Amino acid sequence: MHWSQQLPLEAYLLLSATLFTIGVVGVLVRRNAIIILMSIEIMLNAVNVALVAFSAYLGNIEGQLLVFFVMAVAAAEAAVGLAIVLALFRTQQTVYVDEINLMKW
Amino acid sequence: MALQVLLFLLFGAGAVGTALAVITRRNPVASALWMVAYFLMLAGIYLTLQAQFIAIIQVLIYAGAIMVLMVFVIMLLNLGNPEQLRERFNPRVVLATALGALLVLQLLLYFVSRPTGFRQLSPEAARLGTTEAIGSVLFTDYLFPFEAVSLLLLSAVIGAVILAKRKLEG
Repeated sequence: MHWSQQLPLEAYLLLSATLFTIGVVGVLVRRNAIIILMSIEIMLNAVNVALVAFSAYLGNIEGQLLVFFVMAVAAAEAAVGLAIVLALFRTQQTVYVDEINLMKW
Repeated sequence: MALQVLLFLLFGAGAVGTALAVITRRNPVASALWMVAYFLMLAGIYLTLQAQFIAIIQVLIYAGAIMVLMVFVIMLLNLGNPEQLRERFNPRVVLATALGALLVLQLLLYFVSRPTGFRQLSPEAARLGTTEAIGSVLFTDYLFPFEAVSLLLLSAVIGAVILAKRKLEG
């Protein structure tokens, strides 16, 4: 069957891999800590796409439950991560990760 | 062309485009707004997979709650100085982009050479995506992880409050 009638699972996996890679590149190249946190969210969401795709194609609901838990962890991560950025800004007056060298020797 | 393919191409291209916009915008507020668009695109992708419940909580939790928190923190930080927003050019950018493109190409070759054999949605997919189906599994087989998540969220709230307090030695 041609791909324009039916979408194979690989299409979703490739989309997920592409989005995950964009997130990794974002973490590597950006200096702003908030945008690094957003890139981490991009990566978590990319994984969610793969999980939902497996769930729908294999007819197994557990992938979607895992997405639910990933979202809860992402919410916790965003709250703690942003609190760290706030505390960092309060002590260092910057959110640019290359200007922070407290633990460098 | 089948509707699923058309919507997948639309939302997939939108998701990749908005994700690229998030990591390339200079201003964090612009990044945050592109991030909202990215979450909405992914909600569309979930709908092409018949996962209605996940699509709705994607919009509610991510676009609604997490991004509001991010924009709020950007506002608190008051990064008003436009000179500071400029990203210095760095050879790391070229290297990271090249490695990322290589990784995607490698995965593309892998998926093309070794098909998984799953060519269409499971006939069960439409039933699995409903709130009823997810809720009935979540509150029976997955009750313990569900309760554990509530503890995780509680500790995250406590941690965030302690970290964000004005004085560390309160």
